[in-house]
Amino acid sequence: MSFKRLWAMFYARNLEFFRDRSALGWNFLFPFLIVAGFGMIFGGKDYAEYKVGFFPSQYESVSVSKIDLPSGFRATSYIKFIGFKSFEDGIEKLKHHKIDFLVKAGSPENEYWVSDSSPKGYIIEKLFRGSLLPESKVVAGKREIKGKEIRYIDWLFPGILAMNMMFSALWGVGYVVVRYRKIGVLKRLNATPLTAFEYLSAQILSRIFILMFTVAIVWVGCSFIFSFKVEGSYFDLFIIFFTGGVCLSAYGLVVAARGTSEEFTSGIVNFISWPMMFLSEVWFSLEGSSQWVKLIAKLFPLTHMLTAVRKVMNDGASLTDVTPELAVLVFMTAISIAVGAALFSWNK
Amino acid sequence: MPDLLEIKKLVKKYKDVVAVDDISFSIRNGICFGLLGPNGAGKTTTIEVIEDIIPPTSGEILYKGRPRASSFKQEVGIQFQQTALLSSLTLRETLKTFQSLYNDPADIEEIIDICNLRDIEKRMNDKISGGQRQRLMLALAMINKPELLFLDEPSTGLDPQARRNLWNIVQKIKEKGNTIVLTTHYMEEAQRLCDEIAIMDNGKIIAQGTPLQLIKEHCEGVTVILPKNSVRIPLKELPFSFREINGRIEIRTNDINSCLNRLLSEHIDLTEMIVRSPNLENVFLNLTGKQLRD
Repeated sequence: MSFKRLWAMFYARNLEFFRDRSALGWNFLFPFLIVAGFGMIFGGKDYAEYKVGFFPSQYESVSVSKIDLPSGFRATSYIKFIGFKSFEDGIEKLKHHKIDFLVKAGSPENEYWVSDSSPKGYIIEKLFRGSLLPESKVVAGKREIKGKEIRYIDWLFPGILAMNMMFSALWGVGYVVVRYRKIGVLKRLNATPLTAFEYLSAQILSRIFILMFTVAIVWVGCSFIFSFKVEGSYFDLFIIFFTGGVCLSAYGLVVAARGTSEEFTSGIVNFISWPMMFLSEVWFSLEGSSQWVKLIAKLFPLTHMLTAVRKVMNDGASLTDVTPELAVLVFMTAISIAVGAALFSWNK
Repeated sequence: MPDLLEIKKLVKKYKDVVAVDDISFSIRNGICFGLLGPNGAGKTTTIEVIEDIIPPTSGEILYKGRPRASSFKQEVGIQFQQTALLSSLTLRETLKTFQSLYNDPADIEEIIDICNLRDIEKRMNDKISGGQRQRLMLALAMINKPELLFLDEPSTGLDPQARRNLWNIVQKIKEKGNTIVLTTHYMEEAQRLCDEIAIMDNGKIIAQGTPLQLIKEHCEGVTVILPKNSVRIPLKELPFSFREINGRIEIRTNDINSCLNRLLSEHIDLTEMIVRSPNLENVFLNLTGKQLRD
């Protein structure tokens, strides 16, 4: 093992990355755009989860106060009301699930239409019917949550960063190494005293450096705009992101171990990254999902990394509190490096 | 002192294809050894097995009288036929990166000068011409002051001027006493650079020796070429074997003096005469019945 050789490959790979302006820009821009986009969508007061059509109406967009619908229903949050000129126009949209619910404005019988196969339609129907009951007949006691509020953006932000790390690690290590094998760069390096261990270590370290650099820049940029609240320590977050980054890069190493087909590698990377993205609670919680779904999620490093990051960021946990997650990440890293190194081939 | 490189009964098979078929040869220190043959003859496979890039199916490879040790890669330089480099790096940075991979590297400035890269040292790898690229590849192969240099078809795809530039550089390297193993399908390249040649076809070595020995052994006589209109007597009266090609008469003879005397005695105008000596192309043609570039 020669540190001189390792450093030479580490330095060369970083030069390549930082000189590729388009890739560099995209690595910073992508997570920033996602966070900014979701911040605007979910953070704004205009966010609507349900779409309710009403008719007759001359205009598609009408001030809610001017719509002739039961006041309780009209005042419900997260509903967007869309006007239609006729019943035919509205029912057409409902059939195609462009809206969740259709109601006739000014109807004494409160006539409405809903698709039996639409879950959102079912919820709106309940809301609509509930809003017709007098407030005095509703028996329910509301209790406020005590403590600090966790905004959706505070919950989402670590997920976006981790997801970006995952894509960057899998593509940046896996895809790049396969491309280098295909075009003969690896073959040229194999003709030198450079060992596979030195080369692969340099690739992982270089990617970690790039990942951490990107995370830091995006964090500072997004924090400036959204004022994220970090209950725990920044150092603990750094350790978790670092450990997670190493683990994800090691996954990339397994992808990169063999093969010269970029198309096949793209497929493999997508095969790994898409389920990981959806099942690691980047976008939504798996609370209430089937046990087998939760079990699969546990196989992904992103799940453990995100759990740890959110514990620190949202709940103020310490490194000791997230030791189980870190241990799993270290274990997964060791397995991935061992498999990747054992399977690695310079040629094919 | 043992030969620098000894290849014994080397075989390389890919499923049903025998790329290298039981070949043996040895290479003395300080010479330029050429593997000459058409595309698909097994030259690149042979050289890559010797370079330790691909494993042999069977056979033995001895370097300095012993099986190749881990230090082998520190001591040899390799220029592949087709390869790519790390992108977004300048030529100098590429040389520096490769220099760092060796324990006892050459001086970059010296390598840059030998390979005529001074003017383009700050250019990116992907912004250079084919000839410049081959010179860079040669520079990389020499970055560790190799005792043994492998050049796999170094001038393929180059224009005549770039090819001659490259040959001049290889000639200089040779003069320094480095041992060179070169594969090529250009007979001119082999004839100009190689001290010893092994001719390969279908994975086998079909002839071996110095260029002169091979020509002497496998080709006889010279060819005298005359424009048809300069020969004013019936051709059948001449005691030579001849053929007509594109308005020219080609006479094959083992005795050039008698041939020229006879032509002069017949008052044939020799002003536009060409005398062609046999070359390695003829050797290959005589041995296999086909051209090197078939």
